[in-house]
Amino acid sequence: MRPLIACALLFAMASAALAIDTDKAFDDPELQARYEHIIEEVRCLKCQNQSIKDSNAFLAGDLRREIRRMLGEGKTDDEIYDFLVARYGEFALYRPRMSGKTLVLWIAPIALLLAGGFVLVNILRRRMAMPMEGDAAAEE
Amino acid sequence: MRFAIPIVVFLLLVVVFSFGLFNDPRELPSPFLGEQAPTFEVASLTEPERIVGSADYSGKMALVNVWATWCGGCRQEHGFLMQLARSGAIPIYGINWRDNREEALRWLQQLGDPYEFSAFDADGRVGIDWGVYGAPETFLISPDGIVLHKHLGPLNAAIWQEDFVPLIDAGEPSS
Repeated sequence: MRPLIACALLFAMASAALAIDTDKAFDDPELQARYEHIIEEVRCLKCQNQSIKDSNAFLAGDLRREIRRMLGEGKTDDEIYDFLVARYGEFALYRPRMSGKTLVLWIAPIALLLAGGFVLVNILRRRMAMPMEGDAAAEE
Repeated sequence: MRFAIPIVVFLLLVVVFSFGLFNDPRELPSPFLGEQAPTFEVASLTEPERIVGSADYSGKMALVNVWATWCGGCRQEHGFLMQLARSGAIPIYGINWRDNREEALRWLQQLGDPYEFSAFDADGRVGIDWGVYGAPETFLISPDGIVLHKHLGPLNAAIWQEDFVPLIDAGEPSS
């Protein structure tokens, strides 16, 4: 029985550790939704693979506070992202905006996919053109 | 000959990956590099009634150093900062970031105070304006307020010679 209780206790504590930012920031559900969306989009620069929503680093807390303040002042989402990018660079956003500097990030996946498709089509074409019993050496 | 293209692609990938491997992902380029440095105006650490700020060093080449007592790298570089301050090469201005006043004062008393002043940024707002994400960070500011260089991590004599001295001599932003 004891190990069972211990297990249950452990699970109970683990669930409490999941949420970092539990306080409701705004009474207005629309503002709250925007707030929760923004903090998911912003990288914690101290702990780079976490959003500031998931991080309990004090920098993440400070940034959440600044975002709450700006939302309270009626700033738009874009103004808030601009504020962060001006200070920390595009790296602060998990989805960097399209600009000269980040263009390659946006284009590269599409370009690589197209290149791969091109190579695939070429190989398939060549195979189709090959005689069924023919020798491949003749092509060289 | 059939393997020429795969080998070229492979070698290109090796180059790209080795570049990534030796690049510290924590070292982010500051968006302020070559731009006007952010300003600040807050209470001084040592004299709480006195307001200090970026206006105090306008017109001269200055070093702005972000430090805190909880920061190990700051202790590491403190000796060098003391040495630099004593040499009189450049005035050093501190931003005491997210710290406890008593502990910060004790730190300066025990280890020495290389700063013209330390701005007391208790709630981290100045740090955010400067895009600070990990102390110690050191900014080289030109007389007209341009960020010439930013160094992340503890300073030492070698880094100073290599990255800062040429810029101070030339007065141009680092690339």
